Amino acid sequence: MIGHFEHPIVVRSLTKKFGLFVAVDSVSFVVEKGEIFGFLGPNGAGKSTTIRMLCGILEPTDGNAWVGGFDVRREPDEVKKCIGYMSQRFSLYEDLTVEQNLIFFGGIYGLESERLEVRKHWALDIAGLRGQEKVLTGELPSGWKQRLALGCTILHEPPILFLDEPTSGVDPISRRIFWDLIYELSNQGTTVFVTTHYMDEAEHCTRLGLMYGGKLIALGTPTELKQKLSGYTVYEVESTQPLEAMEVLQAEEWVAETSMFGTAFHVSVQNVPRAGLKIRKILEKNGFEIRKVEKTIPSLEDVFIHTVLHQEQNSFHTES
Amino acid sequence: MNIVPVIVKEFRQLRRDKRILTVLLFIPGLMLFMFGYALNFDVKHTRFAVYDEDRSSMSRSFIEQFTTSEYFDFVEYLTHPSQIDKRLDGEQVRVVLVIPSRFSYDLARNIETKVQVLIDGTNSTAGTIVLGYVNSIVQQYSLKIVMDAFQRSGKTSLTIPIDYRPRLWYNPELKSAKFMVPGLIAFIMMVTAVISTALSVVRERELGTMEQLLVAPLSPAELIIGKTIPYIVLSIIATIIILGVGFALFDVTIKGSILLLSCVTVIYLVAALGMGLFISTIAETQQVAFMIAAVTTLLPTFILSGFVFPIRNMPEIIQVITYLVPARYFLVGLRSIILKGVGIEAFWDQVLYLTIFTVIILSGTIVRMKKALR
Ligand SMILES: Nc1ncnc2c1ncn2[C@@H]1O[C@H](COP(=O)(O)OP(=O)(O)OP(=O)(O)O)[C@@H](O)[C@H]1O
Ligand SMILES: [Mg+2]
Repeated sequence: MIGHFEHPIVVRSLTKKFGLFVAVDSVSFVVEKGEIFGFLGPNGAGKSTTIRMLCGILEPTDGNAWVGGFDVRREPDEVKKCIGYMSQRFSLYEDLTVEQNLIFFGGIYGLESERLEVRKHWALDIAGLRGQEKVLTGELPSGWKQRLALGCTILHEPPILFLDEPTSGVDPISRRIFWDLIYELSNQGTTVFVTTHYMDEAEHCTRLGLMYGGKLIALGTPTELKQKLSGYTVYEVESTQPLEAMEVLQAEEWVAETSMFGTAFHVSVQNVPRAGLKIRKILEKNGFEIRKVEKTIPSLEDVFIHTVLHQEQNSFHTES
Repeated sequence: MNIVPVIVKEFRQLRRDKRILTVLLFIPGLMLFMFGYALNFDVKHTRFAVYDEDRSSMSRSFIEQFTTSEYFDFVEYLTHPSQIDKRLDGEQVRVVLVIPSRFSYDLARNIETKVQVLIDGTNSTAGTIVLGYVNSIVQQYSLKIVMDAFQRSGKTSLTIPIDYRPRLWYNPELKSAKFMVPGLIAFIMMVTAVISTALSVVRERELGTMEQLLVAPLSPAELIIGKTIPYIVLSIIATIIILGVGFALFDVTIKGSILLLSCVTVIYLVAALGMGLFISTIAETQQVAFMIAAVTTLLPTFILSGFVFPIRNMPEIIQVITYLVPARYFLVGLRSIILKGVGIEAFWDQVLYLTIFTVIILSGTIVRMKKALR
C-alpha cells in the first residue's frame, strides 16, 4: 500500500470478470499528479471497464485501486467527490438548453450559486458557447457538444479527470481544440486519465498504457515505447492492392511485421541491409505498381502491433 | 439538498415534453367525458319480447310500462314458450317478460303474483343495470296498483308519506359516470406513476446520462426521489382535474374525508412508483419498459381492478390474480370515501392489503436497484 496517498491514481492487480470472461486481467500502474495518462487499445480491450472501476461505479472482482487516496472498493463515495468522469457514451440532456445543462450538473455536484455562476461562464468560454446559453443542446454541432460535456464534467474543478474516448466521432479541428483544453488542465495540475483509439492522440500523452485483451501489455512514455522498436527499421510503402502486397511481403522470412497505415502500409525489418531495395524487388516481381517505399519513424501503431505480436506479457509495472 | 437540481431538471424536461403533458393532463378529462357520455353504461333501448299468457287489459297495461320507457324497445309478442330461448340465444332480444295466465286474476283478488324476467347476462355489467331498470319499473307499477286500489275504495286524497322509489345504493340514478370517477383516478395515477418513472429512468440509461449521474455525489435515494417528485405532482394535478370534471359534469363530490383520501392515495402512489422503478431495473429500452408496464400494470388496473368489470363476476382463477392488482384495494377505498363517504373502519382491511403490497414491491425494488446501480 505504499504511496497511494502521494499519487492520484494507484492501481494494483485490478481484475474484473464478467462471469467467466476476464475483461480486465490483473492490471497495475501508477499515475503521477498532473500527468496526461493515455490508455490505448482496440475495441473490447478493457479500457472502459478499468475506468468504471476507478470511478467507483463498478466493483472490481480482484485487486485494489486508490483514486485521490481513497479505496475505490471501500470508499466509492469519497472517490466520486474528487473526480470528473466523462463516460464513453457521455451525452448531455438534449432537451435542455446549454445553460440548463450547466445548472443541472453544477447542482448535483453541490456548487453554490455564486461559484456556479463563475464556473458556468468559464465553461461557456471553453466550449465557445458564450451567447448561446438559451440554445437547445440537441441543436449544437457535435464538436461543441463534446466541449460542453467536458465543461459540465469539470464544473466542480476535480483534481482527477477521467475521459473515456472523449473525441470519438468528432471532427479533427474540434479534436485539436479539445486536446488544447486537456493540455491546459494538465498544466494547471489536473491529472488526466484518457482512453483513445487514435494513435495520433496517444502521442500527446505524457505516458501511455497499451491494453490488449484485458491485459496491460506495455507502459511508458511515447518515446520509451518507440524504443521497443530499436533495431527495427520501418518502411512506409504505397502500392496498388496493398493487402495483397502485404501478404506477399509477410511471406518473406526477413520481414518482421506488416500493417496497414491509412492508405499505405508499414513493413518493419530487423537488421536487414538495403531492405528498401529488397521490398521494391519483391513487389515488382509480383506485378505490384509501387508509388513509394520510404524509411519512416516508427509510430505508436507500429509499437502496438509489434508488442501485441510478440505477446510481451511480462509486466511493465512501474514501481513507486 | 442535491435533490433540488434533479427535481428542477426533471420539471424542465417534463415541460418540454408536450406529449406526456397532454397524455397526463388532457386524457383523464377526455376519458371521463367519454365514459360519462359516449360510452355511457346507462343501458338504453334494450330490445325485449313478451310472452303473455294472460292477454288481459291488466297485462297490457303492465307491458306498456316497458314500451313507454326509453330504456326498453318492444320487439314482439311471443306465441310459444319455445321461442323464448330462441330469441335470447339468437340475440334478437336481450330481455323476455313472461306474464303468467294468473296475472290479472291474482291482482284482481289482491294476491301477490309473479312475473318472470329473463335477461341475457353475457355482458354482466349491462345485465345488472337492466335488471335494475326492470325492478324499478315493476315496483312503480306495483305502487300504482296499490294506489288505484286505494282510490277505488273511496279514500280519494291519499298521500303516501314515503317516496317509494326503488334505489340502488350509492349510485341512485345508476349514473355510471359517477362510478367511473374513482376508477379513473386509480387508472390515471397508475399510468402517470409507472410510465413516467420507468421511462425516465430507462431513458437516462439509454442515453448514457445515468452513468454520469452515478459518479456524481448523489445517492440513489436522492436520485430516485428527485426524479419521481415531479410526476407525483403531476398525478395529483391529474387527480384534481378528474375530480373537477367529475363534479362539473356528473355532480360527483367527495362525501368522505379528504385527509383520508390523501393518505390512501399516497400509499397507492408509492406502490405505483415502486412498480415503475422495478420495471426500470428490468427493461433495457424505453419500448420494452413501456410494454412491460402496459402488460403488468396498465391493463390489470383497467380490467382486473373492478374499475370496469365487477370482480365477483370473473372466473375464479382471474379473481385470484386480482389480488396482485393494487388498484383493486385502492378502488374499494376510493369508492368508499368518494361515493359513500364512510370512514376507515369500513375498509381498513383493504388499506392494510394495499400497504402490504406497497412494502413488498418497494423492498423488491430496492434490492434490484442496488444490483442495477452498481
Ligand atoms: N457489464 C458487462 N457484462 C459483460 N461483459 C461486459 C460488460 N461490460 C463490458 N463487458 C465486456 O468486457 C470487455 C471489455 O469492455 P470495455 O468496454 O472495457 O472495452 P473497451 O476497451 O472500452 O472497448 P471500446 O474501445 O469498444 O470502448 C468487452 O468484451 C465487453 O463486451
Ligand atoms: Mg470503452
